[in-house]
Amino acid sequence: MRLLTHNMLSSNIKGVTNGFPLGIVVEKVIEKPVEMNPDFLKNMFAKIEWKALVDASRSMGYAELPDQVDSSMLDSVEFLQRFHHALLELHLEEGALVCPETGRKFPVNKGIPNMLLHEDEV
Amino acid sequence: MWFLCVFYHRLLDYRKPEVESLALMFGAFDSDDGGQDGGEHLEWRLPEHHHPDSPFHFVDLPSEDVARDIANRSILVKGIYELWGEGNNYEELEDAIKDYPDERKLPYLSPESTFRITVDSFGKVISFQEQNERIQSLAYIPFKGQVNLRNPDHKFWLMETDDYGTNNGLPPVVQKRIFFGREVGGADRKLLPTYQLKSRTYLGPTAMDAEMAFLMANQAMVKPGKLVYDPFVGTGSILVAAAHFGAMTMGADIDIRVVRDGRGPDCNVWSNFKQYGLPTPIGLLRADNNLPPWRPGLKEYLQDLGFYSGSSTLKMRWRVMLLNCSVDHYHDKDVFDAIICDPPYGVRAGGRKSGGRKLLKGVVGPYTVPDDKRTDHIPSTAAYSLVECVHDLLDLAAKMLVLNGRLVFFYPVLREDESTENHFPEHPCFVLVSASEQILSSRYSRVLLTMVKSSPYTEEIEEEARLKHLEFKENHLKWMEDGNLHSAVFSPGESVFVAEGDPKVSKETKPKYRGKYV
Repeated sequence: MRLLTHNMLSSNIKGVTNGFPLGIVVEKVIEKPVEMNPDFLKNMFAKIEWKALVDASRSMGYAELPDQVDSSMLDSVEFLQRFHHALLELHLEEGALVCPETGRKFPVNKGIPNMLLHEDEV
Repeated sequence: MWFLCVFYHRLLDYRKPEVESLALMFGAFDSDDGGQDGGEHLEWRLPEHHHPDSPFHFVDLPSEDVARDIANRSILVKGIYELWGEGNNYEELEDAIKDYPDERKLPYLSPESTFRITVDSFGKVISFQEQNERIQSLAYIPFKGQVNLRNPDHKFWLMETDDYGTNNGLPPVVQKRIFFGREVGGADRKLLPTYQLKSRTYLGPTAMDAEMAFLMANQAMVKPGKLVYDPFVGTGSILVAAAHFGAMTMGADIDIRVVRDGRGPDCNVWSNFKQYGLPTPIGLLRADNNLPPWRPGLKEYLQDLGFYSGSSTLKMRWRVMLLNCSVDHYHDKDVFDAIICDPPYGVRAGGRKSGGRKLLKGVVGPYTVPDDKRTDHIPSTAAYSLVECVHDLLDLAAKMLVLNGRLVFFYPVLREDESTENHFPEHPCFVLVSASEQILSSRYSRVLLTMVKSSPYTEEIEEEARLKHLEFKENHLKWMEDGNLHSAVFSPGESVFVAEGDPKVSKETKPKYRGKYV
């Protein structure tokens, strides 16, 4: 699971009002280099919850993202590379996503988050 | 500028919508001030005496470049041609070609260029010798260039329709018509054998046929840099087509075995992309379309600001943005550029959602999972009727698509059922762009619906959508509930035994080809 996916997911357990952002329990992180696509990054930048991305990348062991950003930084290649690395190259291969309100763990196996709810959570 | 557009004689209902979608994508409507709300249409014209299902059409496009882009990207356009002449016989054709202005013709006839003439026909076979004679008869066109059959600069086409008998299932053409034109572009059908399902490593029972998957991607106006989502991803067959056209892809499925495990390390959804050298999906997850786990875009936008409270400058910036708040700022949060899917409608595969029968029965009070069993608990699932599934899909798309983003999905229709004809699910955020029928059996068809998100999602819309859904459910409940469609499609026929002479019999004769109007 890439952090882009993490940035879009929230806990949807019945009764939870603010299930975003999900915490991350790391068991295994892998890095897969992919080619950078600046247009896609610029497109996604406006849609990303930055704080959630910064926190998520730190819990995955990558602390190079700045706390504060604005769209002018997209002109910097160095920034784009860091953004790209955090968003698309870091994968949570094994671990879990944690609901910020209830602490319920959504397991991540083989890179696939299992967001299905139990019978008593719907 | 008028062009001759010749289609492959298949998936008749899909041909014009594909060209229209690609025209919008390649900017054919950019000069209009109508905006992109799905209201634009190309102008079409039929050759004299031709049936609407004829493969020959004329279409008005702003430029040759747009025409070439459309034709080369399309799946169903055999060719788009600059028409040099047409006629009911070869004398009329000659007059027409001679009348066509020299300044349009001469640049393509110059001595330093190479060319080829192809003779083609619809509804009859022309022997090799006849083809040669027809080419020789064009000697009045001053070709100066060299012939190059394999890779010419300019491709000319001589096309005939026939004037006798039936015509590939179409009503007989009353009058023979001959066209001569220069090819501007044509579909790259080589894609289809490359991507055909039988060479796909990981297949499921409802994997989408490659040709149809490409058509769906074209309807969704997929292009590089776009993010495309399939909530019923299965083996990824629809996303493969979207990835081929350069999109970033994301998929979800309720069946974790499909998305996570596949049939092993080299036979799974990822390997289906690697097989063609395509970038693998950005994300795959197990999720329920009934309870999608996506972060809400609009509704909690204001709450989201709380995350920035640590930084006062940022807070200020957001506040300024909110003061100027036009709806545009909200759209920044909408994520997907297109949603393309084939929902489970219970004929070949049924839908499932969270909340299984253990919960519904409620034998001993509310069902709870004991704490010690939570970790490896496998939640049971309940049947997911088509009505509910489509409602959830529209609602998800309304929330998650960017404005002008497209939702493309299949919807089943019973062919005998007159009352459901042309009655498709609706949503106040969406405008229906096209509905293309593909006949699957004498009992039922599937219709590819293309919708465009034309207004942002608000709370009023949420309520309106709910009412619309209830109304729709009321009208269609009888056959859209779980299992009903399946039994309508597979139950033994009754009309087969209708006595001869009964007026019903004539109604039973089905068209010989899969067009809509005949």
